[in-house]
Amino acid sequence: MRALFTIFRKEFLENLRDRRTLVSALLLGPLFGPLLFGLMVSRMLDQSVAESDEPLKLTISGADYAPGLTRYLETRGVQLTRAELSETEARAAVRRGAEVVLIVSREYGPRFTAAIPAPVLLVADSADSQTRKSADRARNILGSYASSLAQLRLQARGVSPLLAVPVAVNDVDVATPTGRAVVVLGFMTYFVLFAVLMGGLYLAIDSTAGERERGSLEALLSLPVARSSLVGGKILATCAYMCISLALSLTAFVCVFRFVPLERLGMSANLNARTALIFFAICLPFVPLGAALMTFVASFTRSYREAQTYLTTVLLIPTLPIAFASIYSLKTQSSFMFIPSLSQHLLMTSVLKDEAIPALDVWMSAAASLAVALVLMVLTARHWRRETMLG
Amino acid sequence: MIEASNLSKRFGPIEAVRGVSFVARDGEITGMLGANGAGKSTCLRMLYGVLTPDGGRACIDGIDIRGETSKARSHLGVLPHAAGLYGNLTARENIHYFGSLQGIEGERLRSRTAELARILGMESFLERRAKGFSQGQRIKVALARALVHDPGNIVLDEPTNGLDVMAIRNLRDMLLELKAQGRCVLFSSHVMQEVAALCDRVVIIGHGKVLADATVQSIRDRSGGGSLEEAFLRVLSLTDGVT
Repeated sequence: MRALFTIFRKEFLENLRDRRTLVSALLLGPLFGPLLFGLMVSRMLDQSVAESDEPLKLTISGADYAPGLTRYLETRGVQLTRAELSETEARAAVRRGAEVVLIVSREYGPRFTAAIPAPVLLVADSADSQTRKSADRARNILGSYASSLAQLRLQARGVSPLLAVPVAVNDVDVATPTGRAVVVLGFMTYFVLFAVLMGGLYLAIDSTAGERERGSLEALLSLPVARSSLVGGKILATCAYMCISLALSLTAFVCVFRFVPLERLGMSANLNARTALIFFAICLPFVPLGAALMTFVASFTRSYREAQTYLTTVLLIPTLPIAFASIYSLKTQSSFMFIPSLSQHLLMTSVLKDEAIPALDVWMSAAASLAVALVLMVLTARHWRRETMLG
Repeated sequence: MIEASNLSKRFGPIEAVRGVSFVARDGEITGMLGANGAGKSTCLRMLYGVLTPDGGRACIDGIDIRGETSKARSHLGVLPHAAGLYGNLTARENIHYFGSLQGIEGERLRSRTAELARILGMESFLERRAKGFSQGQRIKVALARALVHDPGNIVLDEPTNGLDVMAIRNLRDMLLELKAQGRCVLFSSHVMQEVAALCDRVVIIGHGKVLADATVQSIRDRSGGGSLEEAFLRVLSLTDGVT
């Protein structure tokens, strides 16, 4: 037990002096997520705010054929640019970057007077998310122009316009502001788990493959120290770095969200010091699992470079259950609590949504993660007892 | 005292060591001489217990390395072939790390480190990080690390590899000092002159077997007054040896 602590202390201090470990554990890992996140969310905010405020820009061709429509568009605040374009020219213009082009054809006038559907062409690029939104807005405005005209026509013929509306559809949106925020914050949980793993990445490499590459492994293995203590000390040191990284990451998230005005999107991020502490507690059982997994994988590698290659793949492992769950949009179930990373993701999401969490779920999540961690530790210690460990 | 009795080890189809027996006594320097790939390192690794022999046994001061590994190892200092240091730790921290893993703490560890620093001439770089050390400095720290628990037996695997003349001479003095203190020193080498100059006994290994096990003096006698090199070559030819 004392040997384990000696090893822990040495690995901890040694890596505190290693720039590579520090940059990845205390800078890249914990800050990458929150910064990327802050940027992403602010950009989304800017975009959606800009869209609702900015007037719709529309290029109209043949405005003279439809003076009523043109006036209506102007009263709805649409910024019209008049240009005479054929359909082919309009297609080319849209491809070149003009947002949306509306073409009123020559027959519009006569057909309108005869009360036969009068054709207009709306040229837009649905593959471009920006102009697709503009096209939707244009379609809405044109639709409301058409339906108000229809009502007038029915009235003029002595028919109640209500006859044309057999069903009235009213939307009721039950999304709460925090619930809406979860859509945005769903990613966040992955970044938290990512920060945990990043925190221990270099220590896991340095204490295994690094030991071998440096040539210090054989001397270490010939000491009167149980291999399980060796492995235990190394995993414990990795855990310590992971905890630091996790704490930094959560702090950074809390800070970032203090500056991101989520309320303007009709969301409220339920992320404050208290939730951050709960997140820390939820992720804590994942720490020994991550540390044991990385140490286990790194123990099989011969060099720093090889270990790096394998461990960057390991960084992606916690995404798999989360991605799987979101593709199939799985609802939280107690049985998922047996799947590490997914259970942490679901628990954190529930906290963000301000939902009640069954205590049993928390215990199950912790127990499952710790059990897997224990198995991996035993496997690692067993590998270290093998002769092949010498390489 | 280090005893190997009938040690054997195979790696897949290769029989690396085939029934090696010898004794390295206290107060003597025993050299293990053999060509590259003769099985020297495998033998030594079985002696300090990082490889398990397929047959035979190895004892340190009469303690079986397989049976009571930890106890046997506390009687043994090891300088493996690859004796790397932790670059981000100072020389002192490197030594202290191994010291505390050997169960030595506090004042005893400090005074032992100071003593080793004096004997090995490490005072000038004791507080420096090991990252930029020369090969000579590195071997000194590695040796101090192996000796920190004051073991009665020392095993060194090709310790002179990569050292310059000055450093080799230093190492030689250190080994003689250890012998004078009554310790058992066992080291491997593929350089005949080195072994001849330093050792009391020579164990010549070839193809995983002991080809000769004798005092340097008796080998010299057998040569009938010729040079030592001739004597060695004669031993090798008599025993169907190689190199």
